[in-house]
Amino acid sequence: MNRHYELPLDEAAYSFGFLDEFAKREIRRTILKAISIPGYQTPYASREMPMGRGFGTGGLQLTLALIGANDTLKVIDQGSDDSVNAVNLRHFVELTCPQVDTTERTSEATLIQSRHRIPEHPLSEQQILVLQVPYPDPLVVVEPSEARRKVMHGEGDYSRLLTKLYEDIVQFDEITISHRYPTRINGHYVIDPSPIPRYDVPQLHQSKALVLLGAGREKKIYAVPPYTNAAPLVFDDVPFRIEDFREASGARRACDRCGACDSFLDEMIADDGSKSWQCSDSDYCNEQLAVNASPAEVKA
Amino acid sequence: MGYVAIKGGGRAIRGAEAALEALRTAEGEAGTPLTLDAIENQLRLLTSRVVSEGGLYHPRLAALAIKQMQGDTLEAAFALRAYRSTKPRLLEAPLQNTGQMRLIRRISSAFKDIPGGQMLGPTSDYALRLMRLDLADESPAAFRKVSSQFMAGVSDSELPDTFPKVVDALRSEGLLPPLSLHHQHAFDITRDPLVFPVPRSAALATMARAETGSLLAIAYSNMRGYGDVHPTIAELRVGYLPVMLPHPVTGEPIEAGEVLVTECEVVAMYESGEQDGPTHFTLGYGACFGHNEVKAIAMAILDRALQKGMRDGPSNPSEDPEFVLLHVDGVDSMGFASHYKMPHYVTFQSDMDRLRTTQAKATEQQGVQA
Repeated sequence: MNRHYELPLDEAAYSFGFLDEFAKREIRRTILKAISIPGYQTPYASREMPMGRGFGTGGLQLTLALIGANDTLKVIDQGSDDSVNAVNLRHFVELTCPQVDTTERTSEATLIQSRHRIPEHPLSEQQILVLQVPYPDPLVVVEPSEARRKVMHGEGDYSRLLTKLYEDIVQFDEITISHRYPTRINGHYVIDPSPIPRYDVPQLHQSKALVLLGAGREKKIYAVPPYTNAAPLVFDDVPFRIEDFREASGARRACDRCGACDSFLDEMIADDGSKSWQCSDSDYCNEQLAVNASPAEVKA
Repeated sequence: MGYVAIKGGGRAIRGAEAALEALRTAEGEAGTPLTLDAIENQLRLLTSRVVSEGGLYHPRLAALAIKQMQGDTLEAAFALRAYRSTKPRLLEAPLQNTGQMRLIRRISSAFKDIPGGQMLGPTSDYALRLMRLDLADESPAAFRKVSSQFMAGVSDSELPDTFPKVVDALRSEGLLPPLSLHHQHAFDITRDPLVFPVPRSAALATMARAETGSLLAIAYSNMRGYGDVHPTIAELRVGYLPVMLPHPVTGEPIEAGEVLVTECEVVAMYESGEQDGPTHFTLGYGACFGHNEVKAIAMAILDRALQKGMRDGPSNPSEDPEFVLLHVDGVDSMGFASHYKMPHYVTFQSDMDRLRTTQAKATEQQGVQA
């Protein structure tokens, strides 16, 4: 084409946190607005990150805009620090934020970026939880147009969403929404709490930690501020129900590794077809293992 | 330096990187690494596509991205975009005059004769798509001879600097409305999110860096009958646009460089109630970095379709700004399609819980009925 375009000389010399400072400032201002209007999907000019849209670029931009040299970061995906995507995101932050510590311990982290789970270990006021969001708008299941959804949110009009829940009950005798359960924040905006299981939704209610949700592809940031009401959408006579981990006998299943009976479990199928259950939160599992199990009982 | 936690996932990623690199170099000892010059020049249309979809005019980096991504246009454009995220915006460029382009090609399908003449230039439009088997084993000597002989006898002074724009002729004929004198502030899609309704400049900027195939598919739906733009190409031009920027000290416009662009202006029929004043033809505008004619034409058609949708409300997908503008970005769409490959264990566990509960209830009810 033409020869006047030279390659950059400093290929590895990215600034702290990868993004330019103007971008980080914009994201921090958007965060402040999102906290001020709990549950409101605040639009922002999401930047392209060097990993795929849908791989946590919204969460990553929040993390990079917030992180400082004194922070300790934990990154999990499906509850695990060792999931490929969590490893990849953590590696990227280590690469671009050289002074930052990373950890696998929930209690040690000041900043936790997560996809699909809220850690089992209760969070504190000193912590910020960043959730990665593929679909920021709970109304998308009933209304494809973003412009019309915006009006519905403004008017607090969630009637079509409630109708969907009602029709579920008529058709299946159950609400069929499994994850991304619509949750009303501070009595007004209903949010998509990201694809966390229903099991995690109660953790949002009156959370001590600030919960920030970032949708990179859809260019939205929203927040559940500390000590804010978060109520899953239900009917008076149909209670909200979390995932059922009971055996046929009615007893609560335990994690086959650590023995915990109070955690979200991953179901695994072995080569011989047999099933086993393990904590999805790997740090919680390790913690319970250290507390509960004598060495002879440790399976993995 | 912080504490670093890496276990199995990290090893798997490093293994994948090594396997990918092994495939890139799989020719082994007989292989020659691709040079960036070869990609930029011999695969110029590929480079064009990547600078255009990447939204960053840097052919050299685009060539590197093509090499690194092993020819995947979506990934290469994506790499350019991510690179741009690290750069601040230094200034807002003033309006650039495409009448000043150093053209390599310009045609009009509206008039047989246009001021400056039809210039076919480098196009394969009328080439027979027969396989040129002689290229399969091309000798370097023959390769080098071609460009040295092309236009060997023509002196620079015989070449025109610029060509007048066809739409200017249409305007002076009164077929198109006069140019509006008040210019709206251009919407910068890299600094502001699209919140609908959006101005036309936001739509144009989004389409200028859209994925070619996505843009073409939606424009084609309009051409076939889900819409009725029925365009005539007033002018399609490809060439080097001098980029004029204010001098950092004096503020005087200076030529900072040039970018290869493709520009397309389509004329469409007038419609009732479209204008307040006298009736005119209407325009659709398309422009993008690089030499991408199909993209520029598709964009011009969609610009016209979207203007109609913005005015009257959409009656087809191609006239719906939200539908078009939120679904044509390659980085967004390919990222989201790819993300389904990531673990979804937790959400699937949750899905199974719902299905099993529903199944159990159904079985229970059947039991009651029986």
